[in-house]
Amino acid sequence: MNAEKPRAKKIASAKTMKKIMADHFLGIDAASKDPGRKVAWCTSVGPAELLQGFGFEVYYPENHSAILGATRKATEYIPYANAVGYSPDICSYLTADVGAYLQGFTPLTAAYGIESIPRPDVLVYNTNQCRDVQDWFMWYAREWGVPCLGVQTHRNVGKVTGDHVDSIAGQLRALAADLEPIAGHPLDMDRFREAVGLSRKCSELWEKVLRTGTARPSALTFFDGTIHMGPAVVLRGTQTAVDYYEELLAELQERIDQGTAAVEGERFRLYWEGMPIWGKLRPLSEQFLELQTCVVASTYCNSWIFNQLDPDKPFESMARAYTELFIVRADPVKEDYIANMCRDFSVDGIIYHDSRTCPNNTNSRYGMPQRLSKRLGAPHLTIDGDLNDLRCYSEEQARTNIEAFVEQLAQG
Amino acid sequence: MNYFAGVDVGSAATKCAVIDDKLHVHGLGLCDSGADFKAAALAAFEQAMGLAGIERDRIKAVVATGYGRTNVDFAAERRTEIDCHARGAYHYFPRAITVIDIGGQDNKVIELDSKGRRITFSMNRKCAAGTGSFIEEMAVRLKIPLENISDLASQSRDPKVSIGSYCTVFAMTEILGKIRDGVKVEDLAHAALVSVARRVLETKAFTGEVVLSGGVVANNQIMREILADLLKVDVQLPPDPQHLGAFGAALVAAGLQGGL
Repeated sequence: MNAEKPRAKKIASAKTMKKIMADHFLGIDAASKDPGRKVAWCTSVGPAELLQGFGFEVYYPENHSAILGATRKATEYIPYANAVGYSPDICSYLTADVGAYLQGFTPLTAAYGIESIPRPDVLVYNTNQCRDVQDWFMWYAREWGVPCLGVQTHRNVGKVTGDHVDSIAGQLRALAADLEPIAGHPLDMDRFREAVGLSRKCSELWEKVLRTGTARPSALTFFDGTIHMGPAVVLRGTQTAVDYYEELLAELQERIDQGTAAVEGERFRLYWEGMPIWGKLRPLSEQFLELQTCVVASTYCNSWIFNQLDPDKPFESMARAYTELFIVRADPVKEDYIANMCRDFSVDGIIYHDSRTCPNNTNSRYGMPQRLSKRLGAPHLTIDGDLNDLRCYSEEQARTNIEAFVEQLAQG
Repeated sequence: MNYFAGVDVGSAATKCAVIDDKLHVHGLGLCDSGADFKAAALAAFEQAMGLAGIERDRIKAVVATGYGRTNVDFAAERRTEIDCHARGAYHYFPRAITVIDIGGQDNKVIELDSKGRRITFSMNRKCAAGTGSFIEEMAVRLKIPLENISDLASQSRDPKVSIGSYCTVFAMTEILGKIRDGVKVEDLAHAALVSVARRVLETKAFTGEVVLSGGVVANNQIMREILADLLKVDVQLPPDPQHLGAFGAALVAAGLQGGL
């Protein structure tokens, strides 16, 4: 075992990302204090482009809660939400965020000097992530006496049909009508189309970034992806995000051209299915570096690829993009998706994260690992943990499991 | 003759096995892991060497395993306990087998093919139910010396007594309720061991031959009967099941030195 821990290779573009993320948060903070501007909260895969078409500044609480997790503050604040009736068994994004709010804490203070999360004029969700986002937003709607609107998704979708798309597009149109009085003006169709077009460009570039993981050795890891996906989540629909991913892609392409590995001496390539364990990104990343094993692809980072978006059909294409998402699909579709990803990225095995409080992003509870291992001839490992609640995670057990899994891969 | 050692620093006990280059066991060491894994590893190692009647300089290589494997600074290499239990079990039963290790803090189920390669493995979820800790806690609550649990369970005459709770804390509450209802202590001891075995049953669909290892099995011979009854497969017990991981680590050490 090496005395010195290997370090993850630095991505130079991260400097740009830090700046644009800071600008994003500072911009929303300023908007929330400006009576002439409006702030909308939006779920991570909610109708952001529509909100941008109305000129709202868009804030994403899931991103905020992921920051609580990554800064290892989430577990500290979850109990405060539990105490007001929100169970420790439900989404720990919700409980960490509400708990932190109840205690007057936000990690944005330390990062950007922002005093508090922005007070919204409206909260808009899409239940395609889960029902918990609706409950989460409703809590704040009651807290602040502001309207909460949403789109109710279809679940367990096999083939996406015209009926699915029409149903969601209809809800989006109805949502637009409900947003008009809140915005104080009608939807600016040109601005809306522009946002949809920029989201599409952002999405295409983000996909290309992630596909640099198909190179051997891989140019980036899942852990890099979880950090660099920030702009795809909170800045999609803007030129800023497009510019950022052009810069990042060029850097990663250079890595490929020069044969630079994200994980030095890459021996094995893995797929990560499920949520990140936000508070343990660094130790996990370092363990995989030590094991010379690269997590080359994931379902999670791919969740912000919306190549169906089309500025000529903004409502319909948004409806299709947000319904063809992995998370709302039936298991056979999900299994085909993972099988294709494993083939494209030449993976040796799959790690499933059974995220205690996130059943919608957990796919190891209904026999999928066993079915896919049989189909692909690739072994799997399931790690028990959680996206934010580190009380549900045994670090030593996870470390031993991962080490043993790589030992197993090494035996051939 | 060359000698090799394996040290298994578990959550509850630290074990050591010293073997020769023909892979015969010469000495075994055992002590509580306590709060100082390094000291425990050294104590078990010295105990095993003492019983083997050999000096330190005759040990050609040491391999460490178990939760405290990184604390064994005199080891040449470290392997996971999953690897070592598998190797140890396959040495005695060289065929397609499933290894069940019930340890102090976790249990492991490892499936091997006929060549000894791992096909799958899994560990218990993060909970003490199904592990040695559960039996220890029950012994404390019932004020029964831990080493007497197995004998007591053997005297059970009412196999219908069962503990159904998934959670260790709830299981303890359930036991207290049964004490209040006058259930005999030997039936409770038996029910507790069955409860541990049932948690193992949940980890996979068992089909072929099973080999047991770990301290819970070593100290509760009745576990073999209970598991055979529940799993409905052939259940084998290797020599010194509590030391199987240490023995597997010693096999790795011998392999490192070309002793295999």
